[in-house]
Amino acid sequence: MFKTSLKSPVLLGTLVVATGLLSGCGDDTKPQQAPFVDINQNPFPSTYKALPSQKIAFTHVNLLDGLGGQIANATLLMADGKIQQLGESLEIPDGYTVIDGKDKWLTPGIIDVHSHLGVYASPSTGSHSDGNEATNPVTAQVWSEHSVWPQDPGFGRALAGGVTVLQILPGSANLVGGRSVTVKNLPNRTVQDMKFPDAPYGLKMACGENPKRVYGKKGGPSTRMGNVAGYRQAWADAQDYQRSWDKYTEEYKAGKNPKAPKRDLRLETLAGALKGDIKVHMHCYRADDMGTMMDVMKEFGYQITSFQHAVEAYKIADKLAENKVCSAMWADWWGFKMEAYDGIRENIAMVDKAGACAIVHSDSDLGIQRLNQEAAKALGDGQRAGINISKAHAWQWLSSNPAKSLGIFDKTGSLEVGKNADLVLWSTDPFSTYAQAEKVYIDGGLAFDRDDPSRWPVSDFELGQPGEGDSK
Amino acid sequence: MKKLIISLTLTSLFSASVLAEKVAIVGGTMHTLSKQGSVTDKALLIDGERIKAIVDINAIPKDYRQIDAADKVVTPGLIGAQTQLGLEEVGSWAGTVDASVSPSDYSPYGAALDVSYALNPASSLIPVARIEGVTSAATSINYTHAMFKGQGAILSLGEGDNLVRPQAFTRIDVSNNGADDASGSRAALWPVLENALAEVEARNGRKLALSAEYHGQLNPADINALLAVVAGDEPLLIGAHRVADIKQVIALKQRHPKLNVVLLYATEGWMLAKEIAVANIPVILNPESNLPYSFDQLAATMANAGRLADAGVMVSIGVETHNIRLMTQHAGNAVANGLSWIDGLAALTINTAKIYGIDNDYGSLEAGKVADVVIWNGDPLEVMNAPENVIIHGKQIDMVSRQTKLRDRYLNRDAKLPVQFQH
Repeated sequence: MFKTSLKSPVLLGTLVVATGLLSGCGDDTKPQQAPFVDINQNPFPSTYKALPSQKIAFTHVNLLDGLGGQIANATLLMADGKIQQLGESLEIPDGYTVIDGKDKWLTPGIIDVHSHLGVYASPSTGSHSDGNEATNPVTAQVWSEHSVWPQDPGFGRALAGGVTVLQILPGSANLVGGRSVTVKNLPNRTVQDMKFPDAPYGLKMACGENPKRVYGKKGGPSTRMGNVAGYRQAWADAQDYQRSWDKYTEEYKAGKNPKAPKRDLRLETLAGALKGDIKVHMHCYRADDMGTMMDVMKEFGYQITSFQHAVEAYKIADKLAENKVCSAMWADWWGFKMEAYDGIRENIAMVDKAGACAIVHSDSDLGIQRLNQEAAKALGDGQRAGINISKAHAWQWLSSNPAKSLGIFDKTGSLEVGKNADLVLWSTDPFSTYAQAEKVYIDGGLAFDRDDPSRWPVSDFELGQPGEGDSK
Repeated sequence: MKKLIISLTLTSLFSASVLAEKVAIVGGTMHTLSKQGSVTDKALLIDGERIKAIVDINAIPKDYRQIDAADKVVTPGLIGAQTQLGLEEVGSWAGTVDASVSPSDYSPYGAALDVSYALNPASSLIPVARIEGVTSAATSINYTHAMFKGQGAILSLGEGDNLVRPQAFTRIDVSNNGADDASGSRAALWPVLENALAEVEARNGRKLALSAEYHGQLNPADINALLAVVAGDEPLLIGAHRVADIKQVIALKQRHPKLNVVLLYATEGWMLAKEIAVANIPVILNPESNLPYSFDQLAATMANAGRLADAGVMVSIGVETHNIRLMTQHAGNAVANGLSWIDGLAALTINTAKIYGIDNDYGSLEAGKVADVVIWNGDPLEVMNAPENVIIHGKQIDMVSRQTKLRDRYLNRDAKLPVQFQH
């Protein structure tokens, strides 16, 4: 399928040259071409700046690499923001500061694929309620980054829990809620300051109860079947929109002077998802809802990257594996609504056992502070159910699987030479309740240090307020 | 599959037959939460519903069935400190929720609403909680849209007679939330509360006939329901977050010394820890709540529980409903942030029993008390650990819930047969 991603300067350059040649020939039967309409795919570019990178050798540490591997008594060298070397008993070159990690654990930074920090910021006032554009069931045109308040104190709390990267999603009121944004957990003055450079966008969609509850008395959908009709019509509209741009591009390439279609921000995002440039993350609880959506996915030829919450994923884990859809799950939330009534503690382990991609997510400003404990609970419950999973294997739920689902695994999500030095030094086994993130590094910069209050983030909101600068 | 069914049935029959049995829990580390402290390699003797004694292993009488707890950890059953157990199945958009009451003409102040009539022992939440060690709980209404949250109850999570104590406590909220329900301001909330208490105190314990001609602020039903509260026989839980509100609560107790005041939440309590301790006010809190959710929770920190306990405040943990089973994790995180380990366990057991005045029967492993006992595979505050055995009122429960049945159905699914036939 021809892609009008229209982000290729090469294509544009070729066309301009071609136009020049044509006019040079003096062939005036061909119409003069207007400049090619190229759409800037990155109008809000990242202005992220890493902290000064430290040059550190972690020694004698218990290392989980996030790929299923564990090295006891490991050494890891970190410099220039990257992981330089890791292994058992490495020579430490000159210039490295040594941090003795005896009895401590070193892991990749935790990546939360489901956060509403910044869009539902603390304090949770009406004026901070910026996560659901609940005015239409399909609002693919909204981007969560335009709601993110970088001064949400929740970012700092999550950092103290070892979270280095998070995806901030719109809420689940709408069938299509809008674009998500992937950020480094290092807020500064604007959201662009924390945007993960070159991370693909995500698209939040939602199954089940929420859209029909929100729109049931606002013109619909009011049923699950209404929901599905809504997704399908939205995709059909996006296909039509894409065809109009493809036609424009083809005619332009053929030397004609077509009129560019009018941009439609809603359909532009949906078309981006159909092309695979934007990853679809879909809030879905029930097994039957997920089963339906995997058929809608095939009907329109896109890929659902992940089901979010996926409380009943254990019922269809084989189908999820077959369709290569990740499940981002809680360890034990259940019962707060009908579609969460069948939640079980073994969900994550059972999805993993089926060979499907399992992710531990939070969807909570408290849960995000303890995702390691969520993984620990899921691991313990899985082991008691006879599912043989190691701690090293389980850490994939927290770093590499989420990184893959966000399209950033080439840069982060595991401890491998050359990858971003996003890592956490834990006081003890992070599968223990008592473990604390002692030091958290993002791109090799020290972002949090439990022993140094100057490295405890204090948001603008917290300045001059009771509890400012306290341990949280 | 059939074998599984048979074995489950046998298990149920077996446990039904162990009613009033004599059981010895043998060995391991036993945290009694009594003056006896923590002991190892002893045996806990249970005779019927009650604990008979803690004895040396070689002194176990012959007629006691033994449960091996070597290398295990034995604790009192956990007590949910503040829940809606038995009052709701699915909270959102799923039919009746007895934990939520619309404004009522019978009880305009909400004090006379009574959950003891509403408890449902067949709730699916109860087995989910008890197989994880929660053996009893305080339960009450969450929303009354009135000053008082009705009469809360203590329930047992075992089978049979679930109601441990009706009219066990009442609750008010003086935080932003409470103010919002009281004309939107504390300036309205407190004078109304003060007047209500004065009115009830003036009754000197005398009930009013519901038909009595009475011209006060409250109606007779609410007055009667509050007589035990002003007498101090029934705890008054007061939800408060910020320092200024906690100060008002302390002042309230000074004005009404008979009140048995318990602070709920006390998010900024650590800033007034000594004053709270001196006022002898215990605190029920969620130690994980460390964000400024509103302007009355600015100084929230996970260090709250530890700092309060250090100052001598009695702390209780366990505010949840569907996931009350996570109270061990809550306590563990309080311990990770400064609470001593044994205070963490006390916050789940004996402290809560003391707060509700049920510590003669519950909250510790002592001769004469109700046998609510949990055998854990390790430190109960560790997230990877879980109970292996739970005994409620002397009866070893089946470690089965709707959730374990769902798990087993899908874990052992036979692809040749629709799941509906696999049970």
